[in-house]
Amino acid sequence: MAKKTKVLEREAVVIRFSGDSGDGMQLTGTLFSDTAALFGNDISTFPDYPAEIRAPQGTVGGVSGFQVHLGHSEINMPGDFSDVLVAMNPAAVKANARWIKPGGTLIYDADNFTDKNIEKAGYEKDPVQEEKLDACNIIAAPISSMVKEALKDLGLDPKNVLRTKNMFALGMVYWLFDRKLDYTEEYFDKKFKSKPVIAEANKIALRSGYYYAETIEALTPVYKILPADIASGTYRNISGNAATAWGLMAAAEKAGLKLFIGSYPITPATSILEELAARKDLGVKSFQAEDEIAGICTALGASFAGNLAVTSTSGPGLALKSEAIGLAVMAELPIVVINVQRGGPSTGLPTKTEQADLMQAIYGRNGECPVVVIASSTPSDCFHFAFEAARIALEHMTPVLLLTDSYLANGMEPWRIPQMKDLPEIRPPYAVKNGDQPYYPYKRDEKKLSRFWAIPGTPGLEHRIGGLEKTDKGTVSYVPENHEYMVKLRAEKVARVVSEVPDLKIEGAPEGELLVIGWGGSYGYLITAVREMQAEGRKVSLVNFNYLNPMPSNVRDVFNRFKTLVVCELNLGQFANYLRMNFQEFSYEQINKVQGIPFTINDIKEKCIKLLEEK
Amino acid sequence: MDDSVATKYTAKDFKSDQEVRWCPGCGDHAVLSSVQRALAEMGIPKEKFAFVSGIGCSSRFPYYMDTYGFHGIHGRASAIASGLKTANPELSVWQITGDGDALAIGGNHFIHVVRRNIDINILLFNNEIYGLTKGQYSPTSHHGLVTKTSPFGTVEEPFSVGELVIGARGKFFARTVDTNIALSTQIYTEAEKHNGTSVVEVLQNCVIFNDGVHDVVTGKEVRDDRTIVLRQGQPMIFGKDSDKGLVLEGLKLKVVTIGENGVTKDSLLVHDATEPNPGIQYMLANMRYPEYPVALGIIRAVPGPTYEKLVEEQIKMISEQSPIKCMDDLLRSGSTWKV
Repeated sequence: MAKKTKVLEREAVVIRFSGDSGDGMQLTGTLFSDTAALFGNDISTFPDYPAEIRAPQGTVGGVSGFQVHLGHSEINMPGDFSDVLVAMNPAAVKANARWIKPGGTLIYDADNFTDKNIEKAGYEKDPVQEEKLDACNIIAAPISSMVKEALKDLGLDPKNVLRTKNMFALGMVYWLFDRKLDYTEEYFDKKFKSKPVIAEANKIALRSGYYYAETIEALTPVYKILPADIASGTYRNISGNAATAWGLMAAAEKAGLKLFIGSYPITPATSILEELAARKDLGVKSFQAEDEIAGICTALGASFAGNLAVTSTSGPGLALKSEAIGLAVMAELPIVVINVQRGGPSTGLPTKTEQADLMQAIYGRNGECPVVVIASSTPSDCFHFAFEAARIALEHMTPVLLLTDSYLANGMEPWRIPQMKDLPEIRPPYAVKNGDQPYYPYKRDEKKLSRFWAIPGTPGLEHRIGGLEKTDKGTVSYVPENHEYMVKLRAEKVARVVSEVPDLKIEGAPEGELLVIGWGGSYGYLITAVREMQAEGRKVSLVNFNYLNPMPSNVRDVFNRFKTLVVCELNLGQFANYLRMNFQEFSYEQINKVQGIPFTINDIKEKCIKLLEEK
Repeated sequence: MDDSVATKYTAKDFKSDQEVRWCPGCGDHAVLSSVQRALAEMGIPKEKFAFVSGIGCSSRFPYYMDTYGFHGIHGRASAIASGLKTANPELSVWQITGDGDALAIGGNHFIHVVRRNIDINILLFNNEIYGLTKGQYSPTSHHGLVTKTSPFGTVEEPFSVGELVIGARGKFFARTVDTNIALSTQIYTEAEKHNGTSVVEVLQNCVIFNDGVHDVVTGKEVRDDRTIVLRQGQPMIFGKDSDKGLVLEGLKLKVVTIGENGVTKDSLLVHDATEPNPGIQYMLANMRYPEYPVALGIIRAVPGPTYEKLVEEQIKMISEQSPIKCMDDLLRSGSTWKV
């Protein structure tokens, strides 16, 4: 590396690439994170894009971002405040200024900071001054004019030339982080095999950016992040939605069943359907239904036929599926319903994250209608929990609702690839013809209370199921005592899943002053905040729930070990109230946020420290 | 189909142990026995049949059939049946539905199953009224019908089932009358043989809330003159004395009498249900008394690829081409690295 450069060795840094929706920021961020992961850093990434496909150019509403958190040690979340912000236009500064760390680096395309664009973004004259970013390292690079100059001999039209601006910026960031260009160059050679001139243009822009950064090095520190100390194995990067889709396919393979997904496109769940639609090679049947209701109803038909049946959606879609989930509860058919939560109610904030569908998931149906509810906590563990959701559904003959969220769905992290032989077998309780004995659809396994699954096409097991209340034998019944008996049986069947729910794991000391309680996708932020507090010598531990109904059997025991309990979630207190209802002897403090964005570490720390000092 | 089972069934083999609870005199009883008779003759093993329904009087049907059955939720039977058939194309899937279930709450699913041409047989019991909720107008109730929710007569235009099926690019549409067991049995058998979504509109009588709704065309005294049974390749003749027929005059159908104005049997239209262009079939499906006789029989039956077969073919083709044969292959595909 060059001579006068000031090299900063850091545990972890956060970089945010930000620009117009058409500026290619998602690709830029992805290429950067792949390179970091290949180098051996632990990473966590999060894309942040507007709901509009192409909002008006240069406006704050049209800003698309991609954040990467990379580190030498374990990284659990994509970071909140960024060390480096790449801003392709003034609107990107406007959208992100409050997230730059004091003393961080701002790289921007000076050519795009025209009076018109500055005004469009809502500034008067000078975004840097108006945002009081003077203390940052500012690199005002004339990116547009430099790519024009660098590519002038290729004979490309101006539009294609300007499309490489993002690669120029990426080249600069590679220099800043001392990374090699080869992975990215290979990517372009592969991607534009049939259009070598486009591949060449991108590679030239990338290198030009790299050399430009080197030339102006005196201005900026170079960040060195050593490889992380990670368990050995084969790794890949994976997003929450891809991991969810793969977990379902893994479960189908382990159960020896065909996978059927009936779904309707909805942000931010759509890529689960897309991922599975692409997997015809593994025999997946994907049915893009005419609406959310048809999505789950086709899945129910497939479940009746003997497939592993799933439907994926987000909050508004879950509302539409409620009646059919009730039918699945009544018919006691296995089905996995995935709800990738987003900001609500109604259309709400389609591309933003929230955890406000908890009550809807647990209770949002007519009648006494229990289902198993599970939540994933990191992008990669969506694989495990999707697999678990499917296993429980199939082995217990019940619908299982899996909650993820927009942040998990789109976030990416390195994932140690499992081997299929290490995953548990899945054994659904199939009905078998027993001599002349008639098959009764609601006869149950004594231990699990699951009914036996008779697959259409099997001779001698013809039977009828449906939404009307029935007796054990499958006869429609309005007898008052029978209804109560069946309601209790269905509840008990779900409650008995608890025997397979792992105990809550305490992160940190097994007892202490303060227990931070979270569930699902807030895990990464909570564990980061809790570890920082622990490092400061505070007696704080964390439990994060993945099994919400039924809950683990050691909850009371764990809660009893701490003086203060604080429940942290991205809603107004749904899980806190659920705990109040189920474990009334404890009192619960709350930390809540409903802004469509995750917690920041400071959100958690400040309030926890205040609680510790008050007590 | 499984050819190891050559069992000869009788209608009785398809009766379940459940007590049939429709009102005495309801048209559903006749449909049930026609279906049981038809199934017994199809040569398909009993365990291959699956009946799916939504909500309504007709939707109790699966409980009375000793086959696989799924009584679903209101309006959604088309979707449940679509999933069932797609998951297992070997099954003979039947959807039992009514005018409210299929065309009001389930209208969206109905047009889409027809559009996809999934090979299920839909029997749509049309009595132009809501029976289970006790007498409200339905999407097929004729304009002006006085019901509990239209005490001064409806102000709505009704759906025509055949028109809707053809509009949704349907390939099979037939119409029968609940009490005409011979014709119904024949049509149900043809519906099963047809590859693709088969919609059969059954003119069905609700003895309690809309009694005699179809009598004006299907009554014993008048039916020969007011209905026409269409038969493939046969001239379109009807009437008690078989002296009436249909011709095309300009762009419209016209009723003519054989022997009058030089009309002979040869001048009549010849029925072709297999013609892909639905023009004439559309007009036949929409014929209304008194201007025309109401068309019964198979009005449209055009072959075409079915959804579930295309899905299976795609899976077969892609799995042969793809290097990914199992989950372990997929997990290790693309960019990975070793630590």
